[in-house]
Amino acid sequence: MDNKHQLEKLFQRSSDLLYHPYQKRNLISSSFNFIAALFSAIAILPLLLLISYVIIKGGSQLNLAILTELPEPPGDDLLGSGGIGNAIIGTFIVTTLAALIAVPIGIGGGIYLAEFSKGGNFSKFIRFGTNVLSGVPSIIAGVTVYGVVVSTKLFFGSSFSALAGGIALSILMLPTVIKTTDEGLKLVSDDLRRASLGIGASKFITITQITLPSAFTPIATGIVLAIARAAGETAPLIFTALFSFYWSSGTDALLSPIASLSVLIYNFALEPYKAQNELAWVASFVLVIFLLTLNILARWLTGMSEKRRT
Amino acid sequence: MPTDKRVNQACIKLENVSISYGGFEAVRNVYCDIPKGKVTAFIGPSGCGKSTLLRSINRMNDLIENCTLKGRVIYEGNDLYQPNIDPVEVRRRIGMVFQQPNPFPKSIYENIAYGARINGFTGNMCQLVENSLRKAAVWEECKDKLNESGYSLSGGQQQRLCIARTIAVQPDVILMDEPCSALDPISTLKIEEMIHELKKTFTIIIVTHNMQQALRVSDMTAFFNAEVQAGGSGKVGYLVEFNSTQKIFNSPTQKATQDYVAGRFG
Amino acid sequence: MVESEKKELFTLRRRTSSEKFIDNGFKYAALSMAAMVAIALFTIFIVVLEGSFESMSQYGLQFLVKSDWDPVTDSYGAFTAIYGTVVTSILSLLIAVPLGVGTAIFITENIIPIWWRNIIGILVELLAAIPSVVLGLWAIFVMEPALRPLLKQLNISFSWIPFLSTEPVGPGMAPAILILVVMLLPIITAISRDSLNQVPSKLREAAYGIGASRWSTIFNVIIPAAISGIAGGVLLALGRAMGETMAVTMIIGNSNNFSLSLLAPGNTIAAMLANQFGEADGSQVSSLMFAAFILMILTLNVNIFAQWMVRRLSLKY
Repeated sequence: MDNKHQLEKLFQRSSDLLYHPYQKRNLISSSFNFIAALFSAIAILPLLLLISYVIIKGGSQLNLAILTELPEPPGDDLLGSGGIGNAIIGTFIVTTLAALIAVPIGIGGGIYLAEFSKGGNFSKFIRFGTNVLSGVPSIIAGVTVYGVVVSTKLFFGSSFSALAGGIALSILMLPTVIKTTDEGLKLVSDDLRRASLGIGASKFITITQITLPSAFTPIATGIVLAIARAAGETAPLIFTALFSFYWSSGTDALLSPIASLSVLIYNFALEPYKAQNELAWVASFVLVIFLLTLNILARWLTGMSEKRRT
Repeated sequence: MPTDKRVNQACIKLENVSISYGGFEAVRNVYCDIPKGKVTAFIGPSGCGKSTLLRSINRMNDLIENCTLKGRVIYEGNDLYQPNIDPVEVRRRIGMVFQQPNPFPKSIYENIAYGARINGFTGNMCQLVENSLRKAAVWEECKDKLNESGYSLSGGQQQRLCIARTIAVQPDVILMDEPCSALDPISTLKIEEMIHELKKTFTIIIVTHNMQQALRVSDMTAFFNAEVQAGGSGKVGYLVEFNSTQKIFNSPTQKATQDYVAGRFG
Repeated sequence: MVESEKKELFTLRRRTSSEKFIDNGFKYAALSMAAMVAIALFTIFIVVLEGSFESMSQYGLQFLVKSDWDPVTDSYGAFTAIYGTVVTSILSLLIAVPLGVGTAIFITENIIPIWWRNIIGILVELLAAIPSVVLGLWAIFVMEPALRPLLKQLNISFSWIPFLSTEPVGPGMAPAILILVVMLLPIITAISRDSLNQVPSKLREAAYGIGASRWSTIFNVIIPAAISGIAGGVLLALGRAMGETMAVTMIIGNSNNFSLSLLAPGNTIAAMLANQFGEADGSQVSSLMFAAFILMILTLNVNIFAQWMVRRLSLKY
């Protein structure tokens, strides 16, 4: 007992259990609480400002005509700027093209990594490469597609085209789709796989009818997020899909330059004319609402899978 | 006066304690005087709220969202749930050892020194580390690798390291939440022997699902049970009987206790 | 049942050759799709390297230190853009890391009630969904005009510091850095939050159980346990900042003239590509490709370093 008393004396502790707000430890704690709160406030402040500005400035000018008309070339008409109809369709077309390329390849690649590879050097390299590819700046994807597709007029002599834009965006989507497929499939329990293989099902049947469906939600979430990211991208499009003041129609629609919301915002933001600047805000409003919807959809998908698991 | 002496010896008094998580009530209306310098065991079937109650004694439940406590937990004359009480000070006097060994991802030496340092220790740190490890009966295994990670030890050694870490800060009370449930029989035995040593210096409250362990290490035993009660959602835990361990195991007054210690349920 | 009868009921007992064919075909189809990642990477590398060949042989390593970029005289050096890339990304990171990690701590530790934490978490994640071109638009028309008086004041008070030595004229490095901060914050916050959430609660309990205060627990136990993930996230953000194009292009001023000052217009490699690549020809294209190659090497190294760091710093617990 004496030993304990001697030892206790070596601890500088307060003599009671009361909370002393001016004790050094508590002062430090409350100042860190304050700093963390302040940092969080600073972090969300720009978001609130930005969203409210986009909604007020862009949403207030929204009407059916703007959503359905073609944009006017800058300087033609100093009062009107037309609409963003072709850019909305263009974003839809280019993003769909990108998804059509990246989703099958990504899911296929993810299936290979999760189901076939046995952790050899090839799959290690592909996993590493996926990480590297997701870190490649989007402008470089644009430069590459320009070099391979646009400048060489690879597709039937067309240079700038919706297809080139779609390819550029698909390079950005690919790593996300592969990664989420790979990880989604790895979450499927091996028991399920063995059960299917154990009754003599082929690997193809097992994967397409058992494992892939059970990993549906994580994969779908990944695809939705990849589409959301691609739909907002500008850099890969400015010298692949370029821009257009017209509707894309006819047989060579996919092989001609095409408008998109993001490139419209970029081009019109830098115009000296107020009418064009205003149109950029409307386009931002539409784009942001679209992307937020996709993100909420992804969140809902995740929420669903979590509910099902418990 | 014998009565007064008894009161003085109570280290922690639980007065009408009820604890709930959100709408779910875990344990209800517990009265219990835990004596100083003794080993008190909380036993009972799983889900009877014994761990919850233990964690409320040093306010570990503060870490759990929605956990609320009604009633009073009195330690040396202070109601620990008064708003002017500093939970950090409470935990410095009432230490805790957990079910899973949880050393810090630091060296063995740092595992012990960290706690002492934050408790304002001014003495010889190396000496303290050695003494604590010795008291926790793990010095022999650790002395040559004080700079290695705490995770380089086996599970039983890790748990003794955690006990050493707790006794190094010289608390008055040590709470042990099923400290042996994740360990092999030999490690369990070593920890039980250690508890006999430790009770010379500390008041110990131990939650265990192992009745033999309660019988081997404790002086006092509180038996908890869970039953569907009016106004509760699902089963609510409550204290059935609290007495000396001998009485609880040999001549319990309650039927439920009798059934439980005889191994008829739980 | 007689053995022969049993056999007849299962017509597919012996695997048909078509089933085997599908199985094998499926495997090789998946394999070739996985290989597309390698092909894409390889193509990017070859195209950029091949495109920059002319400029590489003309300027060599001089390209890295020459600061004139003049399409009229056809003389190119990327120092201005490299300086801009490195300075904007590092400075934005220096601001964004404490803010992001601080926010992540605020929404993972029990400082405020859980519904508040969730709301802040969702808001930060939504910020990540805002496309950078919209950030750029906002920077041009809202943020930069609002900040200009402050930047002017900085210039007046501290014009003896080389980094603040020019009068702000609108677009410039400083607003580019700030918009990068806005862009990086959600990345850093989200990754730090995930890493902090992955720290097992038993470590937190261990620290509280011996009387550690909240911030002692955070600094001594939780952050060290989560540091590998946080460091990886920070490096990932650095890679993003270096490669970020749109928001920066729109607000940095795209000046080819070198200036130390952060208040002056400047350039980054990505911004330069976005701005000039479409209209460039001849040796300018090659020089732009050379710059793109440098950017690729920079981001590649940062990303590889990030992956190494995560593995290296991971603690066992």
